[in-house]
Amino acid sequence: MAAAMRVAGAGARLSVVVSDLRVAARSLCSQPVSINQRVEDKRRAALMGGGQRRIDAQHKRGKLLARERISLLLDPDSFIESDMFVEHRCADFGMAADKNKDFTVFGGSLSGAHAQKICKIMDQAMTVGAPVIGLNDSGGARIQEGVESLAGYADIFLRNVMASGVIPQISLIMGPCAGGAVYSPALTDFTFMVKDTSYLFITGPDVVKSVTNENVTQEELGGARTHTTISGVAHRAFENDVEALCNLREFFNYLPLSNLDPAPIRECHDPSDRLVPELDTIVPLESTKAYNMADIIHSVVDEREFFEIMPNYAKNIIVGFARMNGRTVGIVGNQPKVASGCLDINSSVKGARFVRFCDAFNIPLITFVDVPGFLPGTAQEYGGIIRHGAKLLYAFAEATVPKVTVITRKAYGGAYDVMSSKHLCGDTNYAWPTAEIAVMGAKGAVEIIFKGHENVEDAQAEYIDKFANPFPAAVRGFVDDIIQPSSTRARICCDLDVLTSKKVQRPWRKHANIPL
Amino acid sequence: MAALWVSVGSLIAAGRRGQRFPQQLMQRGALWTLKYASYYSRQQLMVTRRLCSAECSNEKTFDKILVANRGEIACRVIKTCKKMGIKTVAIHSDVDASSVHVKMADEAVCVGPAPTSKSYLNMDAIMEAIKKTRAQAVHPGYGFLSENKEFAKCLAAEDVIFIGPDTHAIQAMGDKIESKLLAKKAKVNTIPGFDGVVKDADEAVRIAREIGYPVMIKASAGGGGKGMRIAWDDEETRDGFRFSSQEAASSFGDDRLLIEKFIDNPRHIEIQVLGDKHGNALWLNERECSIQRRNQKVIEEAPSIFLDSMTRRAMGEQAVALAKAVKYSSAGTVEFLVDSKKNFYFLEMNTRLQVPATWKIGDSCLKAHLPVEAEVFIRRKRGTEEKDQGRGMKSSLCANEDSPFHKVEHPVTECITGLDLVQEMIRVAKGYPLRHTQADIPINGWAVECRVYAEDPYKSFGLPSIGRLSQYQEPIHLPGLVTYGSNRTEALKRMEDALDNYVIRGVTHNIALLREVIINSRFVKGDFNTKFLSDEYPDGFKGHKLTENERNQLLAIASSLFVASQLRAQHFQEHENSRVPIVKSQVANWELSIKLNDEVHTVVASNSGKTFSVEVDGLKLNVTSTWNLASPLLSVNVDGTQRMIQCLSREAGGSMSIQFLGTVYKVRILTKVAAELNKFMLEKVAEDTSSILRSPMPGMVVAVAVKPGDMVAEGQEICVIEAMKMQNSMTAGKTGKVKSVHCKAGDTVGEGDLLMELQ
Repeated sequence: MAAAMRVAGAGARLSVVVSDLRVAARSLCSQPVSINQRVEDKRRAALMGGGQRRIDAQHKRGKLLARERISLLLDPDSFIESDMFVEHRCADFGMAADKNKDFTVFGGSLSGAHAQKICKIMDQAMTVGAPVIGLNDSGGARIQEGVESLAGYADIFLRNVMASGVIPQISLIMGPCAGGAVYSPALTDFTFMVKDTSYLFITGPDVVKSVTNENVTQEELGGARTHTTISGVAHRAFENDVEALCNLREFFNYLPLSNLDPAPIRECHDPSDRLVPELDTIVPLESTKAYNMADIIHSVVDEREFFEIMPNYAKNIIVGFARMNGRTVGIVGNQPKVASGCLDINSSVKGARFVRFCDAFNIPLITFVDVPGFLPGTAQEYGGIIRHGAKLLYAFAEATVPKVTVITRKAYGGAYDVMSSKHLCGDTNYAWPTAEIAVMGAKGAVEIIFKGHENVEDAQAEYIDKFANPFPAAVRGFVDDIIQPSSTRARICCDLDVLTSKKVQRPWRKHANIPL
Repeated sequence: MAALWVSVGSLIAAGRRGQRFPQQLMQRGALWTLKYASYYSRQQLMVTRRLCSAECSNEKTFDKILVANRGEIACRVIKTCKKMGIKTVAIHSDVDASSVHVKMADEAVCVGPAPTSKSYLNMDAIMEAIKKTRAQAVHPGYGFLSENKEFAKCLAAEDVIFIGPDTHAIQAMGDKIESKLLAKKAKVNTIPGFDGVVKDADEAVRIAREIGYPVMIKASAGGGGKGMRIAWDDEETRDGFRFSSQEAASSFGDDRLLIEKFIDNPRHIEIQVLGDKHGNALWLNERECSIQRRNQKVIEEAPSIFLDSMTRRAMGEQAVALAKAVKYSSAGTVEFLVDSKKNFYFLEMNTRLQVPATWKIGDSCLKAHLPVEAEVFIRRKRGTEEKDQGRGMKSSLCANEDSPFHKVEHPVTECITGLDLVQEMIRVAKGYPLRHTQADIPINGWAVECRVYAEDPYKSFGLPSIGRLSQYQEPIHLPGLVTYGSNRTEALKRMEDALDNYVIRGVTHNIALLREVIINSRFVKGDFNTKFLSDEYPDGFKGHKLTENERNQLLAIASSLFVASQLRAQHFQEHENSRVPIVKSQVANWELSIKLNDEVHTVVASNSGKTFSVEVDGLKLNVTSTWNLASPLLSVNVDGTQRMIQCLSREAGGSMSIQFLGTVYKVRILTKVAAELNKFMLEKVAEDTSSILRSPMPGMVVAVAVKPGDMVAEGQEICVIEAMKMQNSMTAGKTGKVKSVHCKAGDTVGEGDLLMELQ
């Protein structure tokens, strides 16, 4: 919502690339009538896109036209097409750039000119520090144009990489997006999809059939469900174009405009010192019982508003955006309800990418920890859990944004270190009274320490008494305080205020080398 | 240092309080009365209570009482003990160590681990606790050990007094058949056609024919709605027999049944009695409990709008006669059915403090009025949840230990008579004679109680729901869900406000139904009976039906809320480094399209400050509020009418759920442009629900009657799901061949889980 709002607020400052318009008029002013007439004609033709028949076909599939999509994404009259009237673009820099492929023209396939226009917008967006939103509905490279369109892709990919970490880049896949085109969304920070009408794949079902003899539908191969639950390529899926665009507006509101912009603070009606009594009883006393970490997140953040990222992928970790006293924060939480909240390959990668986004864009990180450790087994070891788990560790250690950590229950072993621990420069680390911070759970520990002993139960009880509580960590200063769960919101809000001025200097380097 | 002073200070204060307790209480009462007299019309009640306390301030009862229970009932007892200057001992299991009743009591003893059989039912540990704390008496609350003969015996052996009716009376009244015989003997009107134990279905039919249809079949041992079926013909009698005996067996371990004449259109009115150990007994007027769903009370009020003083006295005298006949020496309830001619028939006698029927199940952990069912339900399911993760288990625990407690016993009776029943029970247990005469018992004003349950009123007026209570806020200035007024209209009006101000999030609740009933014209007139709900809502409860005016108000409020949140979304705090100059949006008019119940309305809204001017389908309304988007309650003024609304959800796609006049309405708001484009969106194909059967509630499958390949007829029973100890028959939606069955007996199923598919 705010995206549009802010766009509206700033006046008509948008630029757009329209893929089918090849002619750019120089100026409208003091031109002969014939030129004006030509401009008008071109404009009308451009607005028609691929003609009424194709427009109807697009509508029939439940899909909107590019301009209709933009009209939903942004506030009325806040959008001016670039490269249609060049002087507009030059007169006023875009604050939110928008690249948009129109399916009604050549199936939205990428032409050289098209790519050029996208690049122009992205360059502008980077110069002024404005997020880029791509609405993708494209068949891939325009075969008729040959190598030129391949070059076009590469130009865009380069822009995506250059812009990465400078301005937020969001892709909304609203139709087929195949071949080379898929790498642009893959390079952006977030990829959203529309259910049933959007697909992302390198090669379509026909090619798959001829090469591997697999029978697979478009939906199975690269539909929204596939990418939000199995592959983890897309971050969320929405019911239809309207839903998706409305949600995108909402999502945009959480983001700063660039890496030089602080996390936005929206007007907040939820008292920052609100006590949350239900948290005092949320963690079951039996440490083997599950509970829903999302309940904790919802009740701590402003107005229970939580924009979850990848809600259906690697569900043992929850990541997403929320606000605390109006300020955007990134939330990372282990989910005890799924696989006991352990860290595995997928959840580590999911968490790491999110943490790095937040760090790049000055969004404070709140971490809720209830982690029994890394998932054991050959599948994980062969899959490279060491390498992938290191990503999350790396991301948290590298992050210099304010980091507040709350250990709600288990924080065992290496996973304790990983989850934004004090040792990775957590700014404030809290433990709830239910916290158990130890190398491992009582049962396993006793089996190792007292191997062959008879009195295992006593040893377990002793271990629990000594280690399965927050005191050993608190005594050493590894947690800053043991807090009443109901006061969690108030404490975090207060800490975030203090941490606004946090500054960390890191030594110069070309770039860090995250274990990819 | 400061901390030390504080604690010393509080010690001194505590000491004083101990010494001068009754007087101080009186002063406080008086002060309270003066201060709030203008807000409440309860001063009459307060004065009555004060007089009571004054009268008995010198009466010595016990030094220390152990409360052998937990939750709300324990709190209620402790509260009265405090008032009487009696020290209290709470017992708890290790998981309940920090619950409210433990905090309230002077001492607390842990009696074992979480399972109630090892804690609240652990007699040895409780006897140990009694010895250790030297408690002189035990208040058992209800459930747990309140009707345990062994426990009573153990107590007697240790010379500890049991507060409550003696076991003889409990036994006599606990058995429906024996109680009727006793009632007959005491010349109490009983229901015609009453007969003995039923052996099998054929005998059931024979008896039913003798009595004449309709008949009611129910379990001997159970109370409330458990195992109760109504049969209008032979076949229904057989069905009823089968169900009732199964339910009786599973709920009470006793499959005895009884069949009796079913009184059509009866009212359910009960008389509160109070007896002492000297053969005295009083009736404390009636409670009208006719508004029921599945034979369980939903709304209670005192007095009854239906009774005249003659009938009231006749009923009271019979109730007292029965109490005396069983030497009843505590507070109890005698239930009657009253027909339209004001003939009344004895139904049963409840020998304890009120146990709402739904709370009888399993253990009776009452943390607050509402989450109880969910809590109990979840505890019950614990055994199976581990095996079957993800299915059925929708939540962990109901929180809300800290919510204020209320209304365990009979608050409506206490409200109108000014008596504290727990206090009277304690006095009587000590052996004091009753200190009131029948003439002392007043009817002051009117009191109404609504039973807020965690259940979905849109399904059979209330099928259990579970979930985790995420937000809970009781109406301010109103003690729980009992409202009191100088007359019925006043009490009902306050109830309306109370229900609007009740915030319950995370679990489905029945507030919509309660609110609808109390504003129903038949109910307001007093023209109702136990069939009220099924008569008024023959097709099931569908929520409040909006008048055109109300609908416009709702639409105006929803649009204003939408615009308010859109405007708020622009309000960012400016940063030093912000490179976005935020110019105020100059949108003057918001053209919106709102969908409510499949109807689309056009709205134009504009705002100035806190007031929105909204044109709904061309009709102009002014809407004013604080527009606090975080507050669970929002007081809104629409053209002079004050409405309390709750916005339950607001989604980016424009969907909004608003609780308005008790009912939750779903609206979808889109800007005009979005609404135009939304027309192109394809309808997603909805599931064909006639060929599949989904569980309407969480519960356990007790029986599956079909297997894949079977032909089933429409309405044929597919399986039986037990939820809250009620057996619910799931039937086929259409005739067809069974494709697959997704459940088996013993499975725990969640709401919406697939049970069976037809081809």
